[in-house]
Amino acid sequence: MKKHEKYLEDSDLAYLELAKGKEPQGKEISPPEKQEFKIIGQYTPRVDGKLIVTGRAKYTQDLSFKDMLCGKILRSPYASAEIIGMDISQAESLPGVKAVLKLKEGRVKYEGEQVAAVAADDEKTAEEALGLIRVDYKLLPHVVAPEKAMAEGSPQVHDSANVQKLNEYNRGDVDKGFAEAEIIFERTYKTAVEIHHPVETHVSIAQWDEDRLTVWDSTQAIFSVRDGLARALGIPASRIRVIKMYMGGGFGCKLGVNEHTIVAAQLAKETGRPVKITLSRKENSLCVGNRPTSLITVKAGVKKDGALISLFMKNYTSGGVGRGDRCSEPLIDIYKCPNVKVEEFTVFTNTGASRPTRAPGHVQGTFALEGFMEELANELGFDPLDLRRKNYTSSNRGETGIPYSSKGLDKCYELGASAIGWARRNKKPGGGQGKKKRGLGVASQIWWGAGVQGTLADVKIHPDGSVEAISGTQDLGGGTRTFMATITAETLGLEPQDITVKIGDTTYPWAPSSGGSQTTPSVAPAIRDAAMKAAEHLKSLAAKKLNVAASDIALGNKNLFDKNNPERSVAFQEITKELRREAVFHGERGDLPAGFAYNSFGAHFAEVEVDTETGQIKVLKVVAAHEIGRVINKQTAESQVVGGITQGVSAALFEERVIDENTGKMVNPNLQNYKPATSMDSPEIVPIFIDIVDPRINNLGTKGLGEPPRIPISAAVANAVYNAIGVHLREIPMTPDKVLKALGTKETAS
Amino acid sequence: MEKTPRKKRKTYTRRAFLKGLGGGAAGTALATRLLGQPLLTSQSELSTAPVSSKKTVTFTVNGKKVLLEVEPRETLLEVLRERLKLTGTKKTCDRGECGGCTVLLDNQPVYSCLFLAYRADGKQVTTIEGLAEGEKLHPVQQAFIDKDAYQCGFCSPGFIMSSVALLSKNPAPSLAEIKAGLSGNLCRCGNYAKIYEAVAAASQSMRKA
Repeated sequence: MKKHEKYLEDSDLAYLELAKGKEPQGKEISPPEKQEFKIIGQYTPRVDGKLIVTGRAKYTQDLSFKDMLCGKILRSPYASAEIIGMDISQAESLPGVKAVLKLKEGRVKYEGEQVAAVAADDEKTAEEALGLIRVDYKLLPHVVAPEKAMAEGSPQVHDSANVQKLNEYNRGDVDKGFAEAEIIFERTYKTAVEIHHPVETHVSIAQWDEDRLTVWDSTQAIFSVRDGLARALGIPASRIRVIKMYMGGGFGCKLGVNEHTIVAAQLAKETGRPVKITLSRKENSLCVGNRPTSLITVKAGVKKDGALISLFMKNYTSGGVGRGDRCSEPLIDIYKCPNVKVEEFTVFTNTGASRPTRAPGHVQGTFALEGFMEELANELGFDPLDLRRKNYTSSNRGETGIPYSSKGLDKCYELGASAIGWARRNKKPGGGQGKKKRGLGVASQIWWGAGVQGTLADVKIHPDGSVEAISGTQDLGGGTRTFMATITAETLGLEPQDITVKIGDTTYPWAPSSGGSQTTPSVAPAIRDAAMKAAEHLKSLAAKKLNVAASDIALGNKNLFDKNNPERSVAFQEITKELRREAVFHGERGDLPAGFAYNSFGAHFAEVEVDTETGQIKVLKVVAAHEIGRVINKQTAESQVVGGITQGVSAALFEERVIDENTGKMVNPNLQNYKPATSMDSPEIVPIFIDIVDPRINNLGTKGLGEPPRIPISAAVANAVYNAIGVHLREIPMTPDKVLKALGTKETAS
Repeated sequence: MEKTPRKKRKTYTRRAFLKGLGGGAAGTALATRLLGQPLLTSQSELSTAPVSSKKTVTFTVNGKKVLLEVEPRETLLEVLRERLKLTGTKKTCDRGECGGCTVLLDNQPVYSCLFLAYRADGKQVTTIEGLAEGEKLHPVQQAFIDKDAYQCGFCSPGFIMSSVALLSKNPAPSLAEIKAGLSGNLCRCGNYAKIYEAVAAASQSMRKA
């Protein structure tokens, strides 16, 4: 394994650990004040909306610097081969070429692996130079299908066996549980490889100034890019600055440092000029990550009254040359069950490495678990919602662990069922009428998303009354800038547009990667803390001026005033003059009180129509009920839900990386043949938020929302299809051929 | 799965694009330097490629006249982004699959990544930067903010240009017509439902005005 590949894995691990939240530190925080907010919790338009809609928002792709060179990477066209020779001399002598680097010796293990790189005056020269690099490969046997990679005697991907243990979990005694059960039920579910495909492909610009490196990167994680670069280049992190401008989507594939970013830094060092490397759509398909497959068998021992006694899960998951996803968390946690056993294995293949993909593991695990619950409900003659309610929990690890700090899943069931009209569902799966059959399905969701302790943010107040909210966080489109402005404005009695937000720079206070639904519950409490400290200081200044106790001062309408006599007030801009110089207030996201589990919950209800003649599935409507503690901004929260559902519908119906087994090459490395949902496929979406404030999670009582709406949707759609046509496909994407085949099998059987 | 084909455009089909590869020289020969005032491109920038392969073209971009020498292989997207520094138009797939680079050419939407720059000769190009009048946003832009019709915002310039084109042809589209009208644009954040709301709202405010 190459040095920086190792770092990628570290950062992926860190992502999951961060998403879970570290072990609670024990120090209790006081519950959020019971107070009425004016802006928080409302529909607030984005503070940067004007920049976006006028095309003035600068993305990394849009940047260019004086004397900047174009970097390009030559990649392996083969899934498995030995490099036996490389001649770069012709490329080096092409006019306009400033540097050529050999990046690989020996074996390449997947199509798209880095082999060499060039930096040239412009893109066309760089492309031409790549064509002049002569690489002699000796082809080696490859394996790209996980089922084949598991078989005896298949080509070995790494130095060890293709199948490796990934995860195991045990509680209680499953065998005893199965012995006590009245019904044993077992099913197997399968999910395909998805590609993230953010609209802005990966792009990095590196520039050296003596021994200092500045990198502009389209990333979800500026600090982990900085630290990854430091390790890969062998230079101190203190000499690296990473800047993220606006960025065009990530969904996990822009977490951690990328190989091409390291190459950009190397080429920039070599040439003494800034180097920009922009990946193509094909490169985005091959070598910057994907969602691993899953092949999950669930076996349950159940009592006739629906009580789960024993759950066993086995998963074979493949993330190419990287690891698969641990998919068992929902099954371990969400339903009451004393006996659980999990065995998960990763299967290596000669394909690009996996990367965290919006709700890694939970998406696949929920597809299996929630499909299983639907089928089990039918087996038992239960309403699927009743079966879930029967096994409801108030503490984690299936009612064997610690209590949830807050859990509004029951409310999600109630409001969601009412909004979709759950009573309309076919009482028996397959009860849909006519050639176009309709059905309803439900699926539950759990995720972490408590945020990361120690996240920092500053509020800086200038004597002229202008205010900055600063944190080294990222805005991927979730609205980070807007919630920072909203919270600061709310706390200081100003308007969101009054706040200058600064993010995306490693010279700012530390914040975690933007992944795992941790941006809001990390940064929002930190900026709230900083703004509260600023407010306290300004109150003390106003107290002197108004001659009342500081505790009697409140902030609002751009004034500081006496709560008992609001007529007595002083303008915000007057008080800040007293500061004489800029004043910085440091905020931090505090500890999580021990003894509680912090999770977000939700339930999706889908209505579908299945054309039994063409096999085409149309998702008509989705009701998405989520409990994420306090909602900071309903406007952006609704967008998160709409986006998560669209992506999940897309994965349920269309998305699949297709690799030709003979050549080992991907046949759909573009947006035409890899089919993300278009505007024609988007259903009617009804977001519902269960507005409960978590009493201890942080000073705003808020949880993250990035992953939750992506988690249950594919399962809800598959369950609705089951309800419509009476056969569960147990596999996504549910393409028309699979639907027709399933319908055919059903007819033959009946 | 067979999906509804992406929007077919009357004027600039793939066929027309391919035909254009062979037939554009006649148009460019008519261009004169007199049309090109004021110039947005300095002579020094023009001196980097072999002159023999270049064509001189003039067109207007957001109301300003532009005179450029372009290589036959240069796309309108490349000229807009790299030479005119109008980076609001985005490069997403670079092969006509996603609509991220949509601009208006004589008020018709085109994928600028598939459109050779020399074919813009004599035409009027409108990009996302040319939509607002000063600080006053176009109603579609305002509606995109009001309805939160984007997340990362990278596809928004393309969606907004397609929406403007749709509303100029059909000022009061139904939901189905909005969906069909925007089916040539991809939003990977998946905010379509919000985009429909914005287009409907823009349609209303434009008809009131």
